[in-house]
Amino acid sequence: MTEVLEAGLRIVLVLGAFLVLPLLVGQTEHKAMAHMQSRLGPMYAGGFHGWAQLVADGVKFAQKEDVVPAAADRTVFKLAPAVALIPYLVVLVAIPVAPGWVGHDLDAGLFFVLAVMGVGVLGSLMAGWASANKFSLLGGLRTAAQLLAYELPFLLAAASVAMAAGTLSLPGIVAEWEPWWLLWQLPGAVVFFVAGLAELQRPPFDMPVADSEIIFGAYTEYTGLRFALFLLAEYAGIVVLSALTVVLFLGGWRGPFDDALWGAVGVVWTLVKTMVLAFVVIWLRVAYPRMREDQLQRLAWQGLVPVALAQLALTGVVAVVVS
Amino acid sequence: MKMPGAGLAKGLAVTLRTMGRRSVTAQYPDVKPELPPRSRGVIALLEENCTVCMLCARECPDWCIYIDSHKETIPAPPGGRERQRNVLDRFDIDFSLCMYCGICIEACPFDALFWSPEFEYSELDIRDLTHGKERLGQWMQTVPPPPAHDHHGVRPKELDAAAAALAPPAEGRPARRERAAPTAEPADVEPPVLDEPAAPPEPVAEEAPTGRRELGSVVYRPDEPDPDLGNGDR
Repeated sequence: MTEVLEAGLRIVLVLGAFLVLPLLVGQTEHKAMAHMQSRLGPMYAGGFHGWAQLVADGVKFAQKEDVVPAAADRTVFKLAPAVALIPYLVVLVAIPVAPGWVGHDLDAGLFFVLAVMGVGVLGSLMAGWASANKFSLLGGLRTAAQLLAYELPFLLAAASVAMAAGTLSLPGIVAEWEPWWLLWQLPGAVVFFVAGLAELQRPPFDMPVADSEIIFGAYTEYTGLRFALFLLAEYAGIVVLSALTVVLFLGGWRGPFDDALWGAVGVVWTLVKTMVLAFVVIWLRVAYPRMREDQLQRLAWQGLVPVALAQLALTGVVAVVVS
Repeated sequence: MKMPGAGLAKGLAVTLRTMGRRSVTAQYPDVKPELPPRSRGVIALLEENCTVCMLCARECPDWCIYIDSHKETIPAPPGGRERQRNVLDRFDIDFSLCMYCGICIEACPFDALFWSPEFEYSELDIRDLTHGKERLGQWMQTVPPPPAHDHHGVRPKELDAAAAALAPPAEGRPARRERAAPTAEPADVEPPVLDEPAAPPEPVAEEAPTGRRELGSVVYRPDEPDPDLGNGDR
């Protein structure tokens, strides 16, 4: 009975984080981006500095008509937002925030997480294919090209950490983590973060949804709640990517006083690091212009893949020497 | 040699620095703008000062001022005679035509027109932008007092004129009305004693510098009628 209760509690907590954190990141994006552009951002919704803007947006999206184009593949079209969103919820289950504070501790957690994150991109491909719209199709193709190019350095960088820690379990990786890994795994961390950004199609890697060229890429035909789900998937993706980078490369819950208060301070460490990385994601969006399609490919194949391979070699050598 | 990635760091630095600064957004309906002095919002009418001389309507480049009036006869006081005066019936300004040049305000010799900084009088119909004297009169309450003179600026000549008119005539000066035409007198002759008026007509914050009079091209002579004196010094 207690096991069932505990599992239920864990799932409720993960679901709560899944519903709250992306909205928090979205609101941060509204305000941080505005101030970086010398604006104020939302100021009315909710009264105090527009804190309820995303709630209001959600209400608006829920009221809109749910249009499916006549020529669209109805089933695939309707399924795509769920395919885009749900993997991030599933990934969140496996991410530890403190010792024992994890939705479900998997032995091959890293493998599971990376595999499921790859599924999320399928939502965009399905949307692009099923919309019966040439802009959607172009966006879907670009998404596919980007996925192919960036999945490889993403996995290689993650494999480097797994090699260094000697385990695929995410809590195990954090437990093995040492502060000097910050330097040792730095190229891998950068590669992982950048490749993750590209998989999320966040600026400056937002060629698949380049609104000035192909309207909104694969999401062109979507309205109302389904469109909102795609947007939510983007912000959930930011949370998941940031949390994963923190767990793999920045030591997760490790930090001063991380054992105090039965691990609660460790939770705070994880959340603080995650939010800082999410801020960096927003910051990069404001600072850099969109990369062209050929620049994207060149960065992946000529930049990130060699760096990731070099990191992998370095990790192997150092791991052997240290042991 | 340039550091690789220096441009990327610079881009990040620019956005972060901008985030630290105050944003430039004006919260207009919630926070009223701070208008500069002498803002040209709307033209206010002080009806009591208007003599229906029609100068403003004639000077208006847009012909957007409409004035109607009639004459009223004031009954004769004992031992006097009847007088007539103009009574303003209508004073409309069509703000859909007005180009806010301010010529009417400059032209008014009786200080009946003023700039008000009030600017929130938009209408849904362009015909409603013609405002009558009642509305123009209400705007009088929003006319700010004239801003103080610039501390280092030239002292308004009306103040000197008023001071000089009240000062006792200097010794050795010819009596009034016996002077030659003003052009006959060289400009560098010392003007009448002005620095110590016997009774200052109104408090003046700053003292006029003593050497200033020689610099000005206009030298006031108390025995000439000053055209500005009748106007007050608004």
